Amino acid sequence: MLQSFGKYLLFMQSLFTRKESTRILFGRTIDEAILIGINSILIVAIVSTFIGAVTCVQVAYNLDNAFIPRSTIGFMVREMTILELAPTITSIVLAGKVGSSIAGGLGTMQITEQVDALEVMGINSASYLVLPKVVAAILVFPMLVILAMFLSILGGYLAGTLSGELTPQEYITGIRDQFIPYNIVFALIKSVVFAFLISSISSFTGYHTSGGALEVGAASTAAVTNSVIAILIGDFVLAYVLL
Amino acid sequence: MIEIHNIHKAFGDKKVLDGVSGVFETGKTNLLLGASGTGKSVLLKCIVGLIKPDLGSVTFDGTYFTNNKLDIRQEIRRKIGMLFQGSALFDSMTVEENVEFPLRMLTEMSKEERRERVDFCLRRVGLEGANKKMSSEISGGMKKRVGIARAIAPNCTYLFCDEPNSGLDPQTALKIDELIKEITEEYNITTIIVTHDMNSVIEIGDKIFFLYEGKKLWEGNRDEIMDTDIKELNDFIFANRLMRDAKKVEEEEREEEREEEERRHESENHTPASPEEAVETQEEPPIRKPEGPAATTQPGNHKA
Ligand SMILES: Nc1ncnc2c1ncn2[C@@H]1O[C@H](COP(=O)(O)OP(=O)(O)OP(=O)(O)O)[C@@H](O)[C@H]1O
Ligand SMILES: [Mg+2]
Repeated sequence: MLQSFGKYLLFMQSLFTRKESTRILFGRTIDEAILIGINSILIVAIVSTFIGAVTCVQVAYNLDNAFIPRSTIGFMVREMTILELAPTITSIVLAGKVGSSIAGGLGTMQITEQVDALEVMGINSASYLVLPKVVAAILVFPMLVILAMFLSILGGYLAGTLSGELTPQEYITGIRDQFIPYNIVFALIKSVVFAFLISSISSFTGYHTSGGALEVGAASTAAVTNSVIAILIGDFVLAYVLL
Repeated sequence: MIEIHNIHKAFGDKKVLDGVSGVFETGKTNLLLGASGTGKSVLLKCIVGLIKPDLGSVTFDGTYFTNNKLDIRQEIRRKIGMLFQGSALFDSMTVEENVEFPLRMLTEMSKEERRERVDFCLRRVGLEGANKKMSSEISGGMKKRVGIARAIAPNCTYLFCDEPNSGLDPQTALKIDELIKEITEEYNITTIIVTHDMNSVIEIGDKIFFLYEGKKLWEGNRDEIMDTDIKELNDFIFANRLMRDAKKVEEEEREEEREEEERRHESENHTPASPEEAVETQEEPPIRKPEGPAATTQPGNHKA
Protein backbone atom coordinates (compact mmCIF):
# COMPACT_ATOMS: atom_id res chain seq x y z
CA MET A 1 0.00 0.00 0.00
CA LEU A 2 2.63 2.49 1.13
CA GLN A 3 4.91 1.22 -1.61
CA SER A 4 2.23 1.81 -4.24
CA PHE A 5 1.77 5.31 -2.92
CA GLY A 6 5.48 5.95 -3.25
CA LYS A 7 5.43 4.62 -6.78
CA TYR A 8 2.44 6.83 -7.52
CA LEU A 9 4.34 9.91 -6.32
CA LEU A 10 7.36 9.00 -8.46
CA PHE A 11 5.04 8.49 -11.41
CA MET A 12 3.53 11.93 -10.91
CA GLN A 13 7.00 13.40 -10.79
CA SER A 14 7.96 11.67 -14.03
CA LEU A 15 5.14 13.49 -15.79
CA PHE A 16 6.97 16.76 -15.34
CA THR A 17 10.51 15.71 -16.20
CA ARG A 18 11.67 16.00 -19.81
CA LYS A 19 8.33 17.11 -21.15
CA GLU A 20 7.60 17.25 -24.83
CA SER A 21 7.22 20.67 -26.44
CA THR A 22 4.32 22.73 -25.13
CA ARG A 23 2.84 22.93 -28.61
CA ILE A 24 2.49 19.15 -28.83
CA LEU A 25 1.18 18.77 -25.29
CA PHE A 26 -1.31 21.60 -25.86
CA GLY A 27 -2.73 19.88 -28.92
CA ARG A 28 -2.98 16.58 -27.06
CA THR A 29 -4.69 18.27 -24.12
CA ILE A 30 -7.35 19.81 -26.34
CA ASP A 31 -7.98 16.42 -27.94
CA GLU A 32 -8.32 14.73 -24.57
CA ALA A 33 -10.57 17.47 -23.22
CA ILE A 34 -12.93 17.14 -26.16
CA LEU A 35 -12.95 13.39 -25.70
CA ILE A 36 -13.73 13.57 -21.98
CA GLY A 37 -16.37 16.24 -22.51
CA ILE A 38 -18.20 14.56 -25.36
CA ASN A 39 -18.07 11.13 -23.77
CA SER A 40 -19.43 12.21 -20.42
CA ILE A 41 -21.81 15.08 -21.02
CA LEU A 42 -24.86 12.94 -21.61
CA ILE A 43 -24.42 10.69 -18.60
CA VAL A 44 -23.67 13.67 -16.37
CA ALA A 45 -26.80 15.43 -17.63
CA ILE A 46 -29.04 12.43 -17.00
CA VAL A 47 -27.60 11.61 -13.59
CA SER A 48 -27.69 15.17 -12.26
CA THR A 49 -31.23 15.89 -13.44
CA PHE A 50 -32.50 12.83 -11.68
CA ILE A 51 -30.44 13.49 -8.55
CA GLY A 52 -32.09 16.92 -8.32
CA ALA A 53 -35.52 15.46 -8.91
CA VAL A 54 -35.09 12.70 -6.34
CA THR A 55 -33.67 15.11 -3.76
CA CYS A 56 -36.64 17.40 -4.22
CA VAL A 57 -39.20 14.63 -3.84
CA GLN A 58 -37.50 13.19 -0.76
CA VAL A 59 -37.10 16.54 0.95
CA ALA A 60 -40.75 17.32 0.26
CA TYR A 61 -41.72 13.98 1.75
CA ASN A 62 -39.73 14.70 4.92
CA LEU A 63 -40.94 18.29 5.29
CA ASP A 64 -44.62 17.48 5.38
CA ASN A 65 -45.24 20.04 8.09
CA ALA A 66 -47.53 23.07 8.01
CA PHE A 67 -45.11 25.22 10.06
CA ILE A 68 -42.28 24.96 7.57
CA PRO A 69 -42.66 27.12 4.46
CA ARG A 70 -42.72 25.12 1.21
CA SER A 71 -39.90 27.22 -0.20
CA THR A 72 -37.56 25.41 2.21
CA ILE A 73 -37.72 22.50 -0.21
CA GLY A 74 -36.06 24.60 -2.90
CA PHE A 75 -33.51 25.84 -0.39
CA MET A 76 -32.63 22.30 0.69
CA VAL A 77 -32.33 21.06 -2.88
CA ARG A 78 -29.91 23.87 -3.68
CA GLU A 79 -27.79 23.30 -0.59
CA MET A 80 -27.53 19.56 -1.06
CA THR A 81 -26.86 19.51 -4.76
CA ILE A 82 -24.42 22.39 -5.01
CA LEU A 83 -22.40 21.48 -1.98
CA GLU A 84 -22.32 17.73 -2.19
CA LEU A 85 -24.33 15.89 -4.77
CA ALA A 86 -23.38 17.68 -7.97
CA PRO A 87 -19.59 17.61 -7.50
CA THR A 88 -19.32 14.27 -5.72
CA ILE A 89 -21.87 12.18 -7.56
CA THR A 90 -20.72 13.63 -10.88
CA SER A 91 -17.15 12.73 -10.01
CA ILE A 92 -18.09 9.21 -9.02
CA VAL A 93 -19.93 8.79 -12.30
CA LEU A 94 -16.92 10.19 -14.12
CA ALA A 95 -14.63 7.83 -12.25
CA GLY A 96 -16.56 5.01 -13.85
CA LYS A 97 -16.69 6.60 -17.26
CA VAL A 98 -13.40 8.46 -17.63
CA GLY A 99 -11.30 6.46 -15.17
CA SER A 100 -12.01 3.10 -16.74
CA SER A 101 -11.42 4.41 -20.24
CA ILE A 102 -8.10 6.01 -19.26
CA ALA A 103 -6.89 2.85 -17.52
CA GLY A 104 -8.14 0.56 -20.29
CA GLY A 105 -6.58 2.69 -23.02
CA LEU A 106 -3.20 3.01 -21.33
CA GLY A 107 -3.22 -0.65 -20.31
CA THR A 108 -3.83 -1.73 -23.89
CA MET A 109 -1.09 0.56 -25.12
CA GLN A 110 1.25 -0.93 -22.56
CA ILE A 111 0.62 -4.59 -23.36
CA THR A 112 0.69 -4.06 -27.13
CA GLU A 113 4.09 -2.33 -26.80
CA GLN A 114 2.77 1.03 -28.01
CA VAL A 115 4.25 2.62 -24.90
CA ASP A 116 7.58 0.94 -25.70
CA ALA A 117 7.35 2.29 -29.23
CA LEU A 118 7.06 5.82 -27.82
CA GLU A 119 9.94 5.26 -25.42
CA VAL A 120 12.19 3.95 -28.17
CA MET A 121 11.61 7.15 -30.13
CA GLY A 122 13.03 9.01 -27.15
CA ILE A 123 9.65 10.32 -26.04
CA ASN A 124 8.76 10.44 -22.35
CA SER A 125 5.70 8.26 -22.73
CA ALA A 126 4.32 9.00 -19.27
CA SER A 127 4.42 12.71 -19.83
CA TYR A 128 3.22 12.50 -23.43
CA LEU A 129 0.29 10.22 -22.67
CA VAL A 130 -0.71 11.08 -19.14
CA LEU A 131 -0.07 14.78 -18.58
CA PRO A 132 -2.61 15.89 -21.23
CA LYS A 133 -5.22 13.59 -19.70
CA VAL A 134 -4.72 15.05 -16.22
CA VAL A 135 -4.77 18.65 -17.44
CA ALA A 136 -7.79 17.98 -19.65
CA ALA A 137 -9.69 16.42 -16.74
CA ILE A 138 -8.89 19.40 -14.53
CA LEU A 139 -10.21 21.74 -17.22
CA VAL A 140 -13.34 19.81 -18.11
CA PHE A 141 -14.57 18.47 -14.76
CA PRO A 142 -15.48 21.89 -13.31
CA MET A 143 -17.50 22.64 -16.43
CA LEU A 144 -19.33 19.37 -16.09
CA VAL A 145 -19.95 20.07 -12.42
CA ILE A 146 -21.38 23.51 -13.19
CA LEU A 147 -23.65 21.83 -15.71
CA ALA A 148 -24.59 19.24 -13.10
CA MET A 149 -25.46 21.92 -10.54
CA PHE A 150 -27.67 23.71 -13.00
CA LEU A 151 -29.42 20.56 -14.18
CA SER A 152 -29.99 19.15 -10.70
CA ILE A 153 -31.65 22.36 -9.60
CA LEU A 154 -33.70 22.23 -12.79
CA GLY A 155 -34.53 18.59 -12.06
CA GLY A 156 -35.71 19.56 -8.60
CA TYR A 157 -37.83 22.33 -10.07
CA LEU A 158 -39.48 19.98 -12.55
CA ALA A 159 -40.10 17.26 -9.97
CA GLY A 160 -41.41 19.69 -7.36
CA THR A 161 -43.72 21.69 -9.59
CA LEU A 162 -44.98 18.83 -11.74
CA SER A 163 -45.86 16.75 -8.69
CA GLY A 164 -47.60 19.76 -7.15
CA GLU A 165 -45.47 19.76 -4.00
CA LEU A 166 -44.76 23.46 -4.34
CA THR A 167 -45.37 26.31 -6.76
CA PRO A 168 -42.67 27.58 -9.12
CA GLN A 169 -42.64 30.82 -7.16
CA GLU A 170 -41.97 28.99 -3.88
CA TYR A 171 -39.16 26.95 -5.43
CA ILE A 172 -37.47 30.03 -6.85
CA THR A 173 -37.79 31.87 -3.57
CA GLY A 174 -36.26 28.83 -1.89
CA ILE A 175 -33.22 28.51 -4.10
CA ARG A 176 -32.49 32.25 -3.74
CA ASP A 177 -32.69 32.15 0.04
CA GLN A 178 -29.46 32.83 1.97
CA PHE A 179 -27.26 32.07 -0.97
CA ILE A 180 -23.57 31.69 -0.10
CA PRO A 181 -21.36 32.18 -3.20
CA TYR A 182 -18.46 30.45 -1.47
CA ASN A 183 -20.34 27.15 -1.75
CA ILE A 184 -19.96 27.30 -5.50
CA VAL A 185 -16.26 27.99 -5.15
CA PHE A 186 -15.97 25.10 -2.75
CA ALA A 187 -17.76 22.79 -5.16
CA LEU A 188 -15.45 23.82 -7.98
CA ILE A 189 -12.39 23.26 -5.81
CA LYS A 190 -13.75 19.81 -5.10
CA SER A 191 -14.26 19.09 -8.78
CA VAL A 192 -10.68 20.09 -9.58
CA VAL A 193 -9.30 17.90 -6.82
CA PHE A 194 -11.46 14.97 -7.88
CA ALA A 195 -10.46 15.45 -11.50
CA PHE A 196 -6.83 15.22 -10.53
CA LEU A 197 -7.40 12.17 -8.35
CA ILE A 198 -9.43 10.26 -10.96
CA SER A 199 -7.19 10.99 -13.93
CA SER A 200 -3.90 10.45 -12.14
CA ILE A 201 -4.92 7.30 -10.28
CA SER A 202 -6.45 5.75 -13.40
CA SER A 203 -3.42 6.68 -15.48
CA PHE A 204 -1.09 5.23 -12.88
CA THR A 205 -3.05 1.98 -12.77
CA GLY A 206 -3.34 1.70 -16.54
CA TYR A 207 0.25 2.67 -17.27
CA HIS A 208 1.60 -0.04 -14.99
CA THR A 209 -0.38 -2.86 -16.56
CA SER A 210 1.60 -5.90 -17.64
CA GLY A 211 0.43 -9.18 -19.06
CA GLY A 212 -2.55 -9.52 -21.35
CA ALA A 213 -6.17 -8.62 -21.99
CA LEU A 214 -7.20 -10.03 -18.64
CA GLU A 215 -4.90 -7.66 -16.80
CA VAL A 216 -6.23 -4.71 -18.79
CA GLY A 217 -9.72 -5.52 -17.54
CA ALA A 218 -8.43 -5.86 -14.01
CA ALA A 219 -6.61 -2.53 -14.29
CA SER A 220 -9.82 -0.81 -15.42
CA THR A 221 -11.72 -2.18 -12.47
CA ALA A 222 -8.96 -1.28 -10.04
CA ALA A 223 -8.79 2.22 -11.47
CA VAL A 224 -12.48 2.82 -10.83
CA THR A 225 -12.45 1.30 -7.35
CA ASN A 226 -9.37 3.23 -6.25
CA SER A 227 -10.66 6.48 -7.74
CA VAL A 228 -13.98 6.20 -5.94
CA ILE A 229 -12.27 5.53 -2.63
CA ALA A 230 -9.93 8.45 -3.22
CA ILE A 231 -12.89 10.71 -4.05
CA LEU A 232 -14.70 9.85 -0.84
CA ILE A 233 -11.60 10.35 1.29
CA GLY A 234 -10.87 13.59 -0.54
CA ASP A 235 -14.46 14.71 -0.04
CA PHE A 236 -14.18 14.24 3.69
CA VAL A 237 -10.79 15.93 3.96
CA LEU A 238 -11.93 18.94 1.90
CA ALA A 239 -15.12 19.36 3.89
CA TYR A 240 -13.13 19.22 7.10
CA VAL A 241 -10.47 21.69 5.95
CA LEU A 242 -12.43 24.16 3.85
CA LEU A 243 -15.81 24.42 5.54
CA MET B 1 28.56 0.36 -34.62
CA ILE B 2 26.82 -1.16 -31.62
CA GLU B 3 28.78 -3.15 -29.09
CA ILE B 4 27.19 -5.28 -26.44
CA HIS B 5 29.16 -6.78 -23.66
CA ASN B 6 28.24 -9.65 -21.37
CA ILE B 7 24.47 -9.04 -21.24
CA HIS B 8 22.67 -10.99 -18.53
CA LYS B 9 18.95 -10.98 -17.92
CA ALA B 10 16.71 -13.15 -15.79
CA PHE B 11 12.99 -12.90 -15.10
CA GLY B 12 12.52 -14.19 -11.58
CA ASP B 13 14.63 -17.32 -11.48
CA LYS B 14 14.26 -17.91 -15.22
CA LYS B 15 17.53 -17.06 -16.88
CA VAL B 16 16.86 -15.67 -20.36
CA LEU B 17 20.16 -14.10 -21.40
CA ASP B 18 23.36 -15.54 -20.08
CA GLY B 19 26.31 -13.38 -21.01
CA VAL B 20 25.85 -12.32 -24.62
CA SER B 21 28.55 -10.21 -26.25
CA GLY B 22 29.03 -9.05 -29.80
CA VAL B 23 29.74 -6.24 -32.22
CA PHE B 24 27.15 -5.12 -34.74
CA GLU B 25 28.84 -3.31 -37.58
CA THR B 26 27.67 -0.24 -39.42
CA GLY B 27 26.43 -0.63 -42.98
CA LYS B 28 25.74 -4.30 -42.49
CA THR B 29 22.60 -6.25 -41.80
CA ASN B 30 23.24 -8.08 -38.55
CA LEU B 31 20.95 -11.01 -37.91
CA LEU B 32 20.01 -12.45 -34.54
CA LEU B 33 19.06 -16.01 -35.26
CA GLY B 34 17.59 -18.49 -32.88
CA ALA B 35 14.68 -20.73 -32.01
CA SER B 36 11.47 -19.43 -30.52
CA GLY B 37 11.85 -18.44 -26.88
CA THR B 38 15.64 -18.19 -26.80
CA GLY B 39 15.58 -14.53 -25.84
CA LYS B 40 16.05 -12.72 -29.15
CA SER B 41 13.35 -10.16 -28.47
CA VAL B 42 14.57 -9.71 -24.92
CA LEU B 43 18.11 -9.10 -26.18
CA LEU B 44 16.84 -6.51 -28.67
CA LYS B 45 14.94 -4.74 -25.91
CA CYS B 46 17.99 -4.83 -23.67
CA ILE B 47 20.00 -3.16 -26.42
CA VAL B 48 17.54 -0.28 -26.83
CA GLY B 49 17.03 -0.06 -23.08
CA LEU B 50 13.37 -1.05 -22.87
CA ILE B 51 14.46 -3.86 -20.58
CA LYS B 52 17.24 -3.14 -18.14
CA PRO B 53 19.83 -5.91 -18.26
CA ASP B 54 20.87 -7.33 -14.89
CA LEU B 55 24.47 -7.10 -15.96
CA GLY B 56 26.39 -5.97 -19.01
CA SER B 57 26.66 -2.89 -21.15
CA VAL B 58 25.73 -1.52 -24.56
CA THR B 59 27.56 1.21 -26.45
CA PHE B 60 26.33 3.02 -29.53
CA ASP B 61 29.21 4.29 -31.67
CA GLY B 62 31.39 4.51 -28.60
CA THR B 63 28.79 6.24 -26.40
CA TYR B 64 27.98 4.25 -23.31
CA PHE B 65 24.24 3.67 -23.18
CA THR B 66 22.94 1.21 -20.61
CA ASN B 67 23.26 3.11 -17.34
CA ASN B 68 24.08 6.51 -18.74
CA LYS B 69 22.25 9.72 -17.95
CA LEU B 70 18.70 9.91 -19.22
CA ASP B 71 19.47 12.85 -21.50
CA ILE B 72 22.18 10.92 -23.29
CA ARG B 73 20.02 7.82 -23.60
CA GLN B 74 17.21 9.96 -24.94
CA GLU B 75 19.59 11.56 -27.43
CA ILE B 76 20.62 8.14 -28.76
CA ARG B 77 17.07 6.88 -28.83
CA ARG B 78 16.00 9.66 -31.11
CA LYS B 79 18.29 8.08 -33.70
CA ILE B 80 16.70 4.64 -33.35
CA GLY B 81 14.07 3.17 -35.62
CA MET B 82 12.44 0.05 -34.32
CA LEU B 83 9.93 -2.48 -35.54
CA PHE B 84 8.31 -4.50 -32.76
CA GLN B 85 7.42 -8.16 -33.07
CA GLY B 86 3.73 -7.29 -32.68
CA SER B 87 4.07 -4.16 -34.85
CA ALA B 88 2.96 -1.88 -31.94
CA LEU B 89 1.10 0.53 -34.19
CA PHE B 90 -0.78 3.31 -32.43
CA ASP B 91 -4.30 2.00 -32.76
CA SER B 92 -5.98 5.37 -32.34
CA MET B 93 -4.29 6.58 -35.51
CA THR B 94 -4.54 5.89 -39.21
CA VAL B 95 -1.75 4.22 -41.17
CA GLU B 96 -0.58 7.57 -42.41
CA GLU B 97 -0.59 9.18 -38.97
CA ASN B 98 1.41 6.28 -37.61
CA VAL B 99 4.16 6.77 -40.16
CA GLU B 100 4.03 10.52 -39.76
CA PHE B 101 4.20 10.35 -35.98
CA PRO B 102 7.99 10.10 -35.55
CA LEU B 103 8.44 12.82 -38.18
CA ARG B 104 6.12 15.10 -36.27
CA MET B 105 7.78 14.39 -32.95
CA LEU B 106 11.43 14.14 -33.90
CA THR B 107 12.01 16.31 -36.94
CA GLU B 108 11.40 19.90 -37.99
CA MET B 109 9.83 18.92 -41.32
CA SER B 110 7.00 20.98 -42.73
CA LYS B 111 3.60 19.45 -43.28
CA GLU B 112 4.25 19.12 -47.00
CA GLU B 113 7.63 17.43 -46.51
CA ARG B 114 6.14 15.06 -43.99
CA ARG B 115 3.39 14.04 -46.37
CA GLU B 116 5.86 13.36 -49.13
CA ARG B 117 8.04 11.31 -46.81
CA VAL B 118 5.06 9.29 -45.57
CA ASP B 119 3.97 8.52 -49.12
CA PHE B 120 7.52 7.58 -50.02
CA CYS B 121 7.88 5.19 -47.09
CA LEU B 122 4.50 3.59 -47.67
CA ARG B 123 5.42 3.08 -51.31
CA ARG B 124 8.66 1.40 -50.29
CA VAL B 125 6.78 -1.19 -48.25
CA GLY B 126 4.17 -1.67 -50.96
CA LEU B 127 1.30 0.03 -49.15
CA GLU B 128 0.52 2.98 -51.37
CA GLY B 129 -3.14 3.84 -51.10
CA ALA B 130 -3.61 2.47 -47.59
CA ASN B 131 -2.98 5.90 -46.04
CA LYS B 132 -6.39 6.53 -44.60
CA LYS B 133 -7.11 3.10 -43.15
CA MET B 134 -7.25 2.79 -39.37
CA SER B 135 -4.43 0.65 -38.06
CA SER B 136 -6.94 -1.72 -36.48
CA GLU B 137 -8.49 -2.37 -39.87
CA ILE B 138 -5.49 -3.80 -41.68
CA SER B 139 -4.09 -7.32 -41.79
CA GLY B 140 -1.22 -8.58 -39.68
CA GLY B 141 1.24 -8.51 -42.56
CA MET B 142 0.17 -5.00 -43.46
CA LYS B 143 0.70 -3.94 -39.86
CA LYS B 144 4.23 -5.31 -40.05
CA ARG B 145 4.87 -3.27 -43.16
CA VAL B 146 3.41 -0.10 -41.66
CA GLY B 147 5.66 -0.75 -38.66
CA ILE B 148 8.66 -0.89 -40.96
CA ALA B 149 7.57 2.28 -42.72
CA ARG B 150 7.28 4.00 -39.35
CA ALA B 151 10.72 2.76 -38.29
CA ILE B 152 12.45 4.02 -41.42
CA ALA B 153 10.48 7.28 -41.80
CA PRO B 154 12.89 9.51 -39.87
CA ASN B 155 16.36 8.83 -41.19
CA CYS B 156 17.54 6.68 -38.34
CA THR B 157 21.12 5.74 -37.55
CA TYR B 158 20.23 2.47 -35.90
CA LEU B 159 17.50 0.18 -37.18
CA PHE B 160 16.07 -2.68 -35.15
CA CYS B 161 13.57 -5.07 -36.64
CA ASP B 162 11.98 -7.87 -34.67
CA GLU B 163 10.92 -10.46 -37.23
CA PRO B 164 10.22 -8.04 -40.08
CA ASN B 165 8.96 -10.72 -42.42
CA SER B 166 7.13 -13.17 -40.21
CA GLY B 167 3.54 -13.44 -41.35
CA LEU B 168 4.33 -12.28 -44.86
CA ASP B 169 4.13 -14.30 -48.06
CA PRO B 170 7.53 -15.34 -49.46
CA GLN B 171 7.49 -12.69 -52.17
CA THR B 172 6.66 -9.79 -49.87
CA ALA B 173 9.05 -11.15 -47.28
CA LEU B 174 11.83 -11.06 -49.83
CA LYS B 175 10.91 -7.52 -50.80
CA ILE B 176 11.05 -6.39 -47.17
CA ASP B 177 14.40 -8.12 -46.66
CA GLU B 178 15.79 -6.38 -49.70
CA LEU B 179 14.37 -3.05 -48.59
CA ILE B 180 16.08 -3.32 -45.22
CA LYS B 181 19.38 -4.30 -46.77
CA GLU B 182 19.12 -1.48 -49.30
CA ILE B 183 18.43 1.13 -46.64
CA THR B 184 21.22 -0.19 -44.49
CA GLU B 185 23.76 0.10 -47.26
CA GLU B 186 22.44 3.30 -48.78
CA TYR B 187 22.44 5.32 -45.55
CA ASN B 188 25.21 3.35 -43.89
CA ILE B 189 23.22 2.59 -40.76
CA THR B 190 23.59 -0.16 -38.19
CA THR B 191 20.84 -2.69 -38.57
CA ILE B 192 19.94 -5.55 -36.27
CA ILE B 193 17.27 -7.97 -37.41
CA VAL B 194 15.73 -10.68 -35.31
CA THR B 195 14.66 -13.62 -37.41
CA HIS B 196 14.28 -17.33 -37.60
CA ASP B 197 13.75 -17.34 -41.31
CA MET B 198 16.49 -19.13 -43.26
CA ASN B 199 15.53 -17.28 -46.42
CA SER B 200 16.49 -14.00 -44.79
CA VAL B 201 19.72 -15.54 -43.61
CA ILE B 202 20.67 -16.53 -47.12
CA GLU B 203 19.45 -13.32 -48.73
CA ILE B 204 20.75 -10.64 -46.39
CA GLY B 205 22.85 -12.20 -43.62
CA ASP B 206 25.99 -10.09 -43.66
CA LYS B 207 26.67 -11.07 -40.10
CA ILE B 208 24.74 -13.68 -38.18
CA PHE B 209 24.61 -14.26 -34.46
CA PHE B 210 23.13 -17.56 -33.40
CA LEU B 211 21.50 -17.53 -29.98
CA TYR B 212 20.82 -20.74 -28.15
CA GLU B 213 19.32 -20.84 -24.65
CA GLY B 214 20.46 -17.35 -23.83
CA LYS B 215 23.99 -17.75 -25.12
CA LYS B 216 25.64 -16.75 -28.35
CA LEU B 217 26.78 -20.05 -29.79
CA TRP B 218 28.12 -18.90 -33.11
CA GLU B 219 28.74 -15.88 -35.29
CA GLY B 220 29.70 -15.60 -38.92
CA ASN B 221 28.31 -14.72 -42.33
CA ARG B 222 25.79 -16.41 -44.58
CA ASP B 223 28.45 -18.33 -46.48
CA GLU B 224 30.01 -19.78 -43.40
CA ILE B 225 26.75 -20.80 -41.77
CA MET B 226 26.22 -23.82 -44.03
CA ASP B 227 29.50 -25.39 -43.03
CA THR B 228 29.62 -25.22 -39.28
CA ASP B 229 29.95 -28.28 -37.16
CA ILE B 230 27.91 -26.93 -34.22
CA LYS B 231 25.15 -29.41 -33.71
CA GLU B 232 22.52 -26.97 -32.38
CA LEU B 233 23.04 -24.62 -35.30
CA ASN B 234 22.92 -27.43 -37.84
CA ASP B 235 19.74 -28.76 -36.28
CA PHE B 236 18.28 -25.29 -36.58
CA ILE B 237 19.33 -24.63 -40.17
CA PHE B 238 18.54 -28.01 -41.59
CA ALA B 239 15.23 -28.46 -39.83
CA ASN B 240 13.38 -28.14 -43.10
CA ARG B 241 13.72 -30.32 -46.13
CA LEU B 242 14.50 -27.56 -48.55
CA MET B 243 17.64 -26.66 -46.66
CA ARG B 244 18.67 -30.29 -46.30
CA ASP B 245 18.22 -30.80 -50.03
CA ALA B 246 20.16 -27.66 -50.78
CA LYS B 247 22.96 -28.88 -48.60
CA LYS B 248 22.90 -32.30 -50.21
CA VAL B 249 23.03 -30.82 -53.68
CA GLU B 250 25.88 -28.60 -52.69
CA GLU B 251 27.81 -31.47 -51.19
CA GLU B 252 27.23 -33.63 -54.23
CA GLU B 253 28.42 -30.91 -56.51
CA ARG B 254 31.47 -30.40 -54.42
CA GLU B 255 32.13 -34.14 -54.41
CA GLU B 256 31.75 -34.32 -58.18
CA GLU B 257 34.08 -31.47 -58.67
CA ARG B 258 36.68 -33.01 -56.46
CA GLU B 259 36.45 -36.31 -58.30
CA GLU B 260 36.76 -34.56 -61.61
CA GLU B 261 39.76 -32.69 -60.38
CA GLU B 262 41.36 -35.89 -59.15
CA ARG B 263 40.68 -37.59 -62.45
CA ARG B 264 42.21 -34.73 -64.34
CA HIS B 265 45.25 -34.76 -62.08
CA GLU B 266 45.67 -38.45 -62.58
CA SER B 267 45.39 -38.24 -66.31
CA GLU B 268 47.82 -35.34 -66.35
CA ASN B 269 50.28 -37.24 -64.22
CA HIS B 270 50.05 -40.26 -66.45
CA THR B 271 50.83 -38.32 -69.63
CA PRO B 272 53.27 -35.57 -68.76
CA ALA B 273 52.99 -32.85 -71.35
CA SER B 274 55.35 -30.15 -72.48
CA PRO B 275 56.60 -27.72 -69.78
CA GLU B 276 54.30 -24.90 -70.97
CA GLU B 277 51.25 -27.07 -70.65
CA ALA B 278 52.22 -28.16 -67.18
CA VAL B 279 52.38 -24.55 -66.03
CA GLU B 280 48.99 -23.90 -67.55
CA THR B 281 47.27 -26.77 -65.80
CA GLN B 282 48.77 -25.77 -62.48
CA GLU B 283 47.27 -22.36 -62.81
CA GLU B 284 43.95 -23.72 -63.83
CA PRO B 285 42.30 -24.41 -60.45
CA PRO B 286 42.59 -20.86 -59.07
CA ILE B 287 41.03 -19.46 -62.26
CA ARG B 288 38.30 -22.01 -62.26
CA LYS B 289 37.34 -21.71 -58.62
CA PRO B 290 35.16 -18.61 -58.74
CA GLU B 291 32.92 -20.24 -61.32
CA GLY B 292 32.19 -23.37 -59.30
CA PRO B 293 29.18 -23.53 -56.97
CA ALA B 294 31.46 -24.36 -54.07
CA ALA B 295 33.40 -21.15 -54.59
CA THR B 296 31.14 -19.11 -52.36
CA THR B 297 31.74 -21.37 -49.41
CA GLN B 298 35.49 -21.31 -49.86
CA PRO B 299 36.34 -18.51 -47.40
CA GLY B 300 34.18 -20.14 -44.80
CA ASN B 301 36.07 -23.36 -45.11
CA HIS B 302 39.28 -21.59 -44.43
CA LYS B 303 38.07 -19.90 -41.29
CA ALA B 304 36.24 -22.89 -39.90
N1 LIG C 1 8.44 -9.58 -19.43
C1 LIG C 1 8.76 -10.88 -19.25
N2 LIG C 1 8.55 -11.46 -18.07
C2 LIG C 1 8.89 -12.75 -17.88
N3 LIG C 1 9.45 -13.54 -18.81
C3 LIG C 1 9.68 -13.02 -20.01
C4 LIG C 1 9.35 -11.65 -20.31
N4 LIG C 1 9.69 -11.40 -21.58
C5 LIG C 1 10.20 -12.55 -22.05
N5 LIG C 1 10.20 -13.53 -21.13
C6 LIG C 1 10.71 -14.88 -21.30
O1 LIG C 1 11.94 -14.80 -21.94
C7 LIG C 1 12.09 -15.85 -22.87
C8 LIG C 1 12.55 -15.30 -24.19
O2 LIG C 1 11.54 -14.51 -24.75
P1 LIG C 1 11.74 -13.76 -26.13
O3 LIG C 1 10.49 -13.00 -26.36
O4 LIG C 1 13.00 -13.02 -26.13
O5 LIG C 1 11.83 -14.97 -27.14
P2 LIG C 1 12.19 -14.90 -28.70
O6 LIG C 1 13.54 -15.48 -28.87
O7 LIG C 1 11.97 -13.52 -29.18
O8 LIG C 1 11.12 -15.89 -29.29
P3 LIG C 1 10.22 -15.74 -30.62
O9 LIG C 1 11.04 -16.11 -31.75
O10 LIG C 1 9.10 -16.70 -30.38
O11 LIG C 1 9.74 -14.31 -30.65
C9 LIG C 1 10.76 -16.56 -22.96
O12 LIG C 1 10.88 -17.81 -22.32
C10 LIG C 1 9.81 -15.70 -22.20
O13 LIG C 1 8.94 -16.49 -21.44
MG1 LIG D 1 10.58 -12.55 -30.27
